[in-house]
Amino acid sequence: MPKTKTPFLWTLFSVGGTIAALLYPVHMLLQGLAIPLGWVAPPGYDTLVSLVRHPLARLYLFVFIAFPLFHGAHRFRYTLYDGLKLKHLTTLIAVLCYGSALIGTILAAYTLWSL
Amino acid sequence: MNASAQYTLYHPKWYRRHVSVWWWLKTWSYTKFVLRELTSVSVAYFAVVALWQVRSLACCAEAYTRFLRLMESPFFLAINLIALIFVLFHALTWFHLAPRAMVFRLGSRRLPDKLVVGMNYIAWIVLSALIAWIMLRG
Repeated sequence: MPKTKTPFLWTLFSVGGTIAALLYPVHMLLQGLAIPLGWVAPPGYDTLVSLVRHPLARLYLFVFIAFPLFHGAHRFRYTLYDGLKLKHLTTLIAVLCYGSALIGTILAAYTLWSL
Repeated sequence: MNASAQYTLYHPKWYRRHVSVWWWLKTWSYTKFVLRELTSVSVAYFAVVALWQVRSLACCAEAYTRFLRLMESPFFLAINLIALIFVLFHALTWFHLAPRAMVFRLGSRRLPDKLVVGMNYIAWIVLSALIAWIMLRG
């Protein structure tokens, strides 16, 4: 990775980290545990679709998915370098990490656009 | 070294101490560091779950029901619980690192660290309540 890309990637990392810190716990508690365990009733399909179709909700969901993907990719990349001592695979790891985040971002943009 | 020695990224050392892959398990602060870095897996996992849910909504009611049923399986409940614990760890460490990563100023005065951390917690509580209200009001 050329040095010039680092500040850009770091910005994605810190924006994504802030979103994940502020917004992920409540969503994970609701969608991952409270709704599946029946503590609260799931929003109906029609209600949720009309909510998600709102332009602000689409924007929210795009930001909600894309930035944390890059946050995760960036941090996981360094976890592999330091934790597993894989410094020699720099390029491969960087391409795989940011590549997956980019695919997820494109898929999210496409899905939210065509919803 | 011979005359054709090439420039390498790493300085060639004749003797290197071997460091185990598990170096971070010996000291608690290192273990904490690696656990914090591993929260990235949980964050990425839930981003994928959210994308999956949006895609099910984009498809049809059947796909959304399938998504809900799948989340009810013990496997996903267990994964979701573990992921939530890791993400909470991420959130708490993130809030406490914020004043150290960035200097927040009001006029010419630097805001005290405790105030910055406190504002993070307040924003967290307010946003969480707001999101829960929007999603569950029916």
